[in-house]
Amino acid sequence: MLILTCPCCGVTGEETEFHAGGQAHLQRSGPGASDEAFEAYLFARENPRGVHFERWRHANGCGKWFHAARCTLTLEVFGTYSAQTTQPPQEVLDAIAKRRPGWTEGGK
Amino acid sequence: MSTRLATGGRFLDRNQPRVFTFNGTDLSGFAGDTLASALLANGRSMVGRSFKYHRPRGIVASGAEEPNALVNLGQGAAFEPNQRATTTEIFAGLKAESQNHWPSLEFDIGALNNLVSRFLPAGFYYKTFIHPRAAWKHVFEPIIRHSAGLGRAPKERDADRYEHFYHFTDVLVIGGGVAGLQAARAAAADGGRVLLIEQSAQWGGRAPVDGGQIDGKDPEVWINDALEELEKAPNVTIRRRTMGSGVYDHGYVLGYERIADHTPGDTRPRHRLWRIRAARVITATGAIERPLSFAGNDIPGVMLASAMRDYVVNYAVSPGDRTVVVTNNDDAYRTAIALKNAGLDVPVILDARPQAEGDLPRAARDLGIRIETGRAIARVKGRKSVTGVAICAQAGEGAVLEEIACDAVAMSGGWSPVVHLWSHCGGKLIWDEAGAFFRPDPDRAPISHDGQPFVATAGAASGQMTLAETLKDADSAGKVASRALGLAAGRKGAPKASQPQEGPITPVWMMPQGAGPALRQKMWLDYQNDVKVSDVQLAAREGYESVEHTKRYTTLGMATDQGKLSNINGLAVLSGALQNDIPAVGTTTFRPPYTPISMGAIAGEARGDIFQPIRRTPIHDWHDDNGAEWEPVGQWRRPYTYRRAGESTHDAVMREVKNTRQHLGLLDASTLGKIIVKGPDAGRFLDMIYTNMMSTLKPGRCRYGLMCSENGFLIDDGVVARIDDDTFLCHTTTGGAERIHGHMEEWLQTEWWDWKVYTANITEQLAQIAVVGPNARKILEALGGMDVSADALPFMAWADGQIGGFDARIYRISFSGELSYEVAVPASQGRALWDRLIETGQEFGVMPYGTEALHIMRAEKGFIMIGDETDGTVIPQDLGLNWAISKKKDDYLGKRAQARSHMTDPDRWKLVGLETTDGSVLPDGAYARGSGTNENGQKTVIGRVTSTYYSPTLDKGIAMGLVLNGPDRMGEVINFPALDGSATPARIVSPVFYDPEGEKQNV
Ligand SMILES: [Zn+2]
Repeated sequence: MLILTCPCCGVTGEETEFHAGGQAHLQRSGPGASDEAFEAYLFARENPRGVHFERWRHANGCGKWFHAARCTLTLEVFGTYSAQTTQPPQEVLDAIAKRRPGWTEGGK
Repeated sequence: MSTRLATGGRFLDRNQPRVFTFNGTDLSGFAGDTLASALLANGRSMVGRSFKYHRPRGIVASGAEEPNALVNLGQGAAFEPNQRATTTEIFAGLKAESQNHWPSLEFDIGALNNLVSRFLPAGFYYKTFIHPRAAWKHVFEPIIRHSAGLGRAPKERDADRYEHFYHFTDVLVIGGGVAGLQAARAAAADGGRVLLIEQSAQWGGRAPVDGGQIDGKDPEVWINDALEELEKAPNVTIRRRTMGSGVYDHGYVLGYERIADHTPGDTRPRHRLWRIRAARVITATGAIERPLSFAGNDIPGVMLASAMRDYVVNYAVSPGDRTVVVTNNDDAYRTAIALKNAGLDVPVILDARPQAEGDLPRAARDLGIRIETGRAIARVKGRKSVTGVAICAQAGEGAVLEEIACDAVAMSGGWSPVVHLWSHCGGKLIWDEAGAFFRPDPDRAPISHDGQPFVATAGAASGQMTLAETLKDADSAGKVASRALGLAAGRKGAPKASQPQEGPITPVWMMPQGAGPALRQKMWLDYQNDVKVSDVQLAAREGYESVEHTKRYTTLGMATDQGKLSNINGLAVLSGALQNDIPAVGTTTFRPPYTPISMGAIAGEARGDIFQPIRRTPIHDWHDDNGAEWEPVGQWRRPYTYRRAGESTHDAVMREVKNTRQHLGLLDASTLGKIIVKGPDAGRFLDMIYTNMMSTLKPGRCRYGLMCSENGFLIDDGVVARIDDDTFLCHTTTGGAERIHGHMEEWLQTEWWDWKVYTANITEQLAQIAVVGPNARKILEALGGMDVSADALPFMAWADGQIGGFDARIYRISFSGELSYEVAVPASQGRALWDRLIETGQEFGVMPYGTEALHIMRAEKGFIMIGDETDGTVIPQDLGLNWAISKKKDDYLGKRAQARSHMTDPDRWKLVGLETTDGSVLPDGAYARGSGTNENGQKTVIGRVTSTYYSPTLDKGIAMGLVLNGPDRMGEVINFPALDGSATPARIVSPVFYDPEGEKQNV
């Protein structure tokens, strides 16, 4: 059972306090999008062995959604941050780089 | 035969005899006995039958690793199967019976399997599943069904009480042997909070039995001193009878405390599940001795050498008068010495190694014990008990050199560290050549949320097999944990310990090493599941190279003991058969719990009335007092119907529908979700959330709306009321409020966070009562205070005001097709309003109605119900709800998805009404059959029933369903086959059965 810290209210809580919401930083495709773009948005998800950015909700707490950068392999949490951003903040990227030298987003 | 010795027994209190019952016979033991030691003391060495061949089985071990001695314990509401006799403390009145035999333990029909064992090889199940099919159905399945499973399932409700307990600590130490005690001392030295748990009733582990000196003291003295120190320390909590069951992510650990197993009926909870969160975990879980694989190693009387000396030293139990010891290491000599010191005979020690020159062999020789090196057991003689052993050369194929009469055999194949808890959360192992075991690799420990290792091992669990190294390792583990938490570590060094010097082990995976097929078929690896050396070798020959596959194919290690004794031996045999190194073959996965824990402990207090929270409306008690039959809807309880004396449930529902249609009905609608959406962008936001256009709704008006997921599927519906320019009130389905509120928040917080909108779930702030029927207006007028006329409050309008003195908001909406008002008041006024409506309504023929009447009335009107007409794969277009989908909007959630080719497929099943030709009620969920077959050769289906009721209004069965091209097939009759082969014909009709023009609701 994971431990996560909600960046909105500051509470460090047990996983049962939170609700997982899948991959973070999705870019929405709406009406007018091609079938391929819409499929990619709605169905295609990263499934990395390692660093992953996820959406979580502090469901049994302040109710706010936030993002977590996590390792799917070791389960370590590099950082949690506001959901109101289109990309991970620099301090989270720095924390990842420190623990996973050479890591780049998308595995490139 | 085993018996009680006249003196000794560390754990026994001979002043406290305990009478217990085994298979109906009264036996006697002492306080401090386990069921296993007491059975042995009474000469009961045979305690059960094996799973597959029903072979007689005796006690093999003295602790949690015991594979054979499983019993049914207790009776009636306290009955529990598969309890290990070795970890069951006896108490006066304990009742146990052996398992897996019929008709009796001594004479068992299933033992016939033993005679046909060559027809039950590895993979037996898989092979018979495949062919021939008839044999499976008529021969194997009945046999397997009869013999499958150990023990019996309890029949009565568990009478005991269980609880959960939350605990937070800096360091958790699992295991109360000398390593655990020292690790706890070291970790606690600088004030860190330490929890130390031990699975058994005794502290100190093996050290007092195995001997040596710690800081110049007997281990027992040192243990008592350490305990005293820990008990006094304010930052240390210690618990016996508490097993570390599983280690989970980020330092979450389950502890399983058996509080009152040994004191039943003393009013305490039986078990307590500790839900522990520890910053650091130290597993000081010791090691488990391995059996040796020789023919007949499962005959009652063959026991692990360490278990045997536990029984002698701790319980004053003699395992037999003459015990042959067989070993590949020095440790087993301790058993020979203990037996000799207890006055028992050890005719010979068979040591598979070419020589035995350590301190312990020397001491054994000095006691006059015969030692034969390079020797092995060719086979054990006896059936229900050991009568002797045939001796051979370990290097040979089993030619018998000598036979020796004996009534017990002590075996030792070396030791394996208990790495389970280390491995649960990803700790990796390395193969230790010198010790011939897997041990934790400290460089690849489980990782916590902070990226730091959070599990460490101490003592024998690390692979440290001498007393001095164990204590040094444990001291270091405690200090490292303390330092990792930012505390200074104590400066005291590890205790000094001394012990006889031990010579090296020689791995022996089969005895003798050249044994032929006949012997290999009698060498047991997994006692409980009856897996033999020959089975694993067969699996390897049949191509099962992966250890995980071999495990499943042979069932090795899949019994309730999870292979604590068999895993390493089986793996070594497999690697031998594959001619591969043991580390290359690898281990199977270790999974929690370490030993089985009770279902009661997992459930804790969550049973009966407090299984889950129940949500009650402000009017709940009235319903309860007036015959409500409850229906769970999410966590809410809603009245299904209000049954009167002499009425059936069906009668009551019919009455409620008729009365509402003819006079006046009241429905407690408080459970409907109510979400306030407020802000300058609220209209824009709801235009995205709903398929309808909500931003054009005028204040004072209501609109029915549909919500879809981004995938286009209908997820909720309800009436939206615009309160003012910036404020909307959205009704959701009962039980849908939290989910929909979360859905709205997700979009607001993660996609449109710059939109100025707030949401609030106010479901429980308001009580809401639907006042329904031709007399609805009359009763509200009688209450007085608000103009509820058709002009002042037309259909789909709402108004605030005071009615009958209550602060009310009245919505003119209808889910029944009748003239209907929903009156919302603050929750605190809900019950008073309900009482007033019941009282005032008497002259208008008022009756409350429940959810079933509600369902029937909505179905008569063709109104859909989320969860009936929808199942997560239905889009609004399927339900003929195109009128509720705005064509003017560029976007809403689900719009793009609804344009996908599959969503616009004209062959999607669509909503229609269904009327049986004979007026009967269609079965719920029934499928309509088409003509022909599909590509799998199955008969095609062309539709299914989604809602079906008997309509008292129309006096016939009515239904709704999704049907292929349904709306184009009005009047056509389709068939709904039933399970009994009959079929019900039904005509496709409009789903609106009642008042299609809406004249009743719009008056
Ligand atoms: Zn929070």
